[in-house]
Amino acid sequence: METVEQKSIILERDADSNLKNLSDWNKEVAVELAKEEDITELTERHWLVINFMRKEFKEKGDAPSIRRLTKESGVETKELYNLFPKGPAKKAAKIAGLPKPKGCI
Amino acid sequence: MEESIKKISIVVSRGSLEGVYPGLIMANGARMEGIEATLFFTFFGLHAVIEKKMDKLKVATVGNPAMCVPSAMGPGLPTWLGTLPGMSWFATGMMKKEIEKLDIPPVREFIEMIHDTGCEIYGCKATVEMFHLTKKDFCPQVDDIISVGQFYEKSAGAQIIFT
Repeated sequence: METVEQKSIILERDADSNLKNLSDWNKEVAVELAKEEDITELTERHWLVINFMRKEFKEKGDAPSIRRLTKESGVETKELYNLFPKGPAKKAAKIAGLPKPKGCI
Repeated sequence: MEESIKKISIVVSRGSLEGVYPGLIMANGARMEGIEATLFFTFFGLHAVIEKKMDKLKVATVGNPAMCVPSAMGPGLPTWLGTLPGMSWFATGMMKKEIEKLDIPPVREFIEMIHDTGCEIYGCKATVEMFHLTKKDFCPQVDDIISVGQFYEKSAGAQIIFT
């Protein structure tokens, strides 16, 4: 346990304090990153969003817009804001080990 | 570090497509950043939330010297051409296509989405009375019709952006 906690703290970060290296990410790291965003528990719904974001990022090189996230992951906007309060796209990207999304929408 | 923005209030006063979108994009963008947002529609801006009008907003081709065809870097559209029948329809079609490419939703879907993010949406009481409208004329996302005084109350602590 201790090693995981330490690890998430010392992992290299970018200017937005998102992970610098995608390869540093794993599920335990995600749990620690979620805690930094005051999300104490990652539910199945959280994982659905996180996994969708990682898949989109691998395919397209940027995290999806809220609109695509809503339409294609099956998680509605309202629920997204409940799962990741105050900025789902930004927070989910961070927890998914991705850089902050570049898009405006 | 400068103090971050916590809350904004956006006034949408114009009813053309290019008059409405900037306010919507800014409201949605604020919510994405975790900033509290309120949208206030006034004068012709109300068209963006009127059931029968919101799907039919158009780009204004008259009185806009920056209007170029076929795209921003093309030659300017002579003013008198902008008055030809169908020009606004044509420009609207072009812009909607580009908007869709950027994954920006049509106005109705955008309003629904923004409301779902927790942004409150209000109509201006003075305009509603001036235009002889009632709450029933508006899409369900409009939370209330409020006076300018109530708008300032709701905007307490917010930065107000007029578009």
